[in-house]
Amino acid sequence: MLTSSVLTSGLLAQQGQPPGQGGAPEIDYLAILPIIIIFGAAAVGVLLEAVLPKHQRWSVQVGLSILAIVGAGLAFAYYVSDAPTEGITTIAGALSIDQPALFLWGTLLALGFGSILLIADRSVEPGGAFVAEAAIRPGTVQDRAQAQTTGMQTEVFPLALFALGGMMTFCAANDLLTMFIALEVLSLPLYLLCGLARRRRLLSQEAAVKYFLLGAFASAFFLYGLALLYGYAGSVKLADIATAAAGTDRSDALLFGGLGLLVVGLLFKGSVGPFHTWTPDVYQGAPTPVTAFMAACTKVAAFGGMLRVLTVAFESTSWEWRGVLWGVAIVSMVIGAILGLTQTDVKRMIAYSSIAHAGFLLIGTIALTDQGVSATMFYLLAYGFTTLAAFGVVSLVRDSSGEATHLSQWAGLAKRSPLIAAVFTFLLLALTGIPLTSGFVGKFVVFSAAIEDGMAPLVVIALVASAVAAFFYLRVIVLMYFSEPAEDGPTVSVPGTFTTAAITLGVAVTVLLGVLPTVVLDWATAGGGFAS
Amino acid sequence: MLVPDTARLGADAIVASGQLAQSESGMTGLESYVPLILLIAVAGAFAVFSVTVAPLVGPRRYNKAKLDPYECGIEPSPQPVVGGGRVPVKFYLTGMLFILFDIEMVFLYPYAVAADSVGLFGFVSVFIFIVAITIPYIYEWLRGGLEWD
Repeated sequence: MLTSSVLTSGLLAQQGQPPGQGGAPEIDYLAILPIIIIFGAAAVGVLLEAVLPKHQRWSVQVGLSILAIVGAGLAFAYYVSDAPTEGITTIAGALSIDQPALFLWGTLLALGFGSILLIADRSVEPGGAFVAEAAIRPGTVQDRAQAQTTGMQTEVFPLALFALGGMMTFCAANDLLTMFIALEVLSLPLYLLCGLARRRRLLSQEAAVKYFLLGAFASAFFLYGLALLYGYAGSVKLADIATAAAGTDRSDALLFGGLGLLVVGLLFKGSVGPFHTWTPDVYQGAPTPVTAFMAACTKVAAFGGMLRVLTVAFESTSWEWRGVLWGVAIVSMVIGAILGLTQTDVKRMIAYSSIAHAGFLLIGTIALTDQGVSATMFYLLAYGFTTLAAFGVVSLVRDSSGEATHLSQWAGLAKRSPLIAAVFTFLLLALTGIPLTSGFVGKFVVFSAAIEDGMAPLVVIALVASAVAAFFYLRVIVLMYFSEPAEDGPTVSVPGTFTTAAITLGVAVTVLLGVLPTVVLDWATAGGGFAS
Repeated sequence: MLVPDTARLGADAIVASGQLAQSESGMTGLESYVPLILLIAVAGAFAVFSVTVAPLVGPRRYNKAKLDPYECGIEPSPQPVVGGGRVPVKFYLTGMLFILFDIEMVFLYPYAVAADSVGLFGFVSVFIFIVAITIPYIYEWLRGGLEWD
C-alpha cells in the first residue's frame, strides 16, 4: 500500500496492536479530504436548515455550497500536485485514489460547481427553479398561492452536495460494497431533487417517482450481481474478483450472471439504451438545474464506475462479455439518434441526445486500453460542460407559464435574442461533434481508441448514428434562424450572475477543449491507470 | 482491515464448502444455492396456492365495509378538504424517526459485540456515526417534526 503522506491515526500506536488485526486501517486523510469536505459541508448544511430562520437560509446555503466545492477543489489541487503516479488505495483498500479517480474528481467538482450556480439562480424565475414548500399537493389553492412566493426549499443545496460526494466516492470505490453504498448516496438525493420543480409540479413529481422506482430496480440488479460475484470470488474487492476470474475452474455462471446484473445497474445510471427509458421523462420533469446536474455529473460517475469495474475486475474475461456490450452500445446509439428525431420538446431532445452520447461513451469504455480510458474520461468532461451550458440556456427561454420547452416556441429565436441563439447554436454544434468544439475532439479520441482496439465496425455505426443525430441538432438551429417568431412567443430572460457564470463556464470549456484539447488530454493520458 | 478480513473469512468458508461439494459430487459450486432456490420455489408456490384457493373455498359476504379503504375499520382521518388541502404526513414523520433510531441500533449491536477487538478506532468511528445520525434528528426536531398538532 503506497501512501504519500499517511496520517495513520495515533490510536494505533497507543494500543500497540499491529495493523490489520483489530487495529485501525490506514487512512490517507489528505487524499480523501475533498470527499470529507463535501460530505461535511452537506451535513453542516442540514444543521443550518434546522437552526437558521427562513429568510437567511438561501444566502448561507449558497455561500456554504460554493465554499465547500472551492475548498474541496483546493484540497484536491494540493493533493494532485504531489500525488504518486501509480495511485494509492486507502481505508483498507475500499477507495482507490489513482489517476483516473483524480481526473474524474476534478471533472465532478468543476461540473458540480457549475450545477450549484444554476441551482442557486433566482433571477430568471423569481424565487428560483425550486418549489417553496414541496409537501403541498400540486393543483390546490395553497399550491397556486405558493407559486407567487419567492421562497425556495433550500434543502436542495445539502442534497446536491450529498449527491456530489456520492458520485466522487463512486468513481474511486475499489470494492463492490463501497460502490453500492456510493450508488445509493448519489441516487437518493437525486430522486428527491427531481420532484422539487416550482412550475409543472405534477410532471416533476411524476419524474421523481419514475426515477425512484426504476432506480430502485436498477439498484436491486446491482446488488444481486454483487451477491453472485461474491459467491463466485469469495470477496467483493475488484482485485480479488479479477484474480478469481483469471485462474479458477469455478462455475462461470456465477461470474457472468453477476457481471451481467452488475452492469445493468451501472448502464441504468449512465442512461445507456436499452436501459434508458427513464431518461426523457425525468430530464423533462425535473427542474432544469437538476437536469443539468444529472446529465453532466451522474454520467461522469456512472461511466467512471463502469470503467473501473470493467478494467480492474473483468479485463481477463473481456472476450466473453464484450460482444454483449457492443450490442448495447449499438442499441443505445440507434435509440438516441432515431427517437431524438421525433422529439418536439427541447429537454427531451437533449435527453435522447444524451442516450446517443452514452452509446459513444460505452464504445470508449469497452476498449479497455489506456487510450480508451483516457478518451472516455476526456469525453465525459467535454460532454458534461456542453450539456451543462445547454440546459442553462434552456432555462432562459420562457413564457408566462415557465420554461418554453416546445420546439415550435423556439422558432425565430435568433431575431429576439441573437446572443442566446448563437450560444445555443454553438453548444448544439459541439453536441454534434463539429471541429473546433470539444465534442469533435471527444468523439475523435474515443473513436480512434476504439479503432486501435479493433472495433472498426462499431465506429462505422457510431459515425452513422452521429450523422443521424446531427439532423435533429441542425433542425433546431434552422428553426431558430430561418423561421419567423410567433406573435405571442416566449421571451428570453436576462440571466443573473449565477446562470451567466455557469453558461460562460460551459461555453468557455467547450471552446477551450475544442481549440486546445492537449491541455486536458495530456492529463487524461498521463499517469498510471487504475490502482487496486 | 478488520471488516474486510472477517468478510473474507466467511467467504473462504463458503467457497471451501462449495469446493467440497464439488469434489464429492463432481458438480459445480452452484450446489450451495440449492436450499435458497428451494426456499424461493416454496414461497412462490405458497403465494400462488393461497391466492388461487382462497376465493374458491372461502365464504363471500358482501357489505359496505368491503368498500372501505381499510377493511379493518379505521377511516383514514382527517380527510383532505374537498378540492384540495394538505394530506397529513404526521405518521410519516414518526416513521422516519423510527427508521433513524432503528438503523442506529442495528449498527450498534455488532459494535457492542466486537467493541473489544475493534479498539479505540472502532469507538471513534461509532461515535462519528452516532453524531452523523443525530444530525437528521436535530433537523426533524427543530423543524417541528415532533409536534403532533
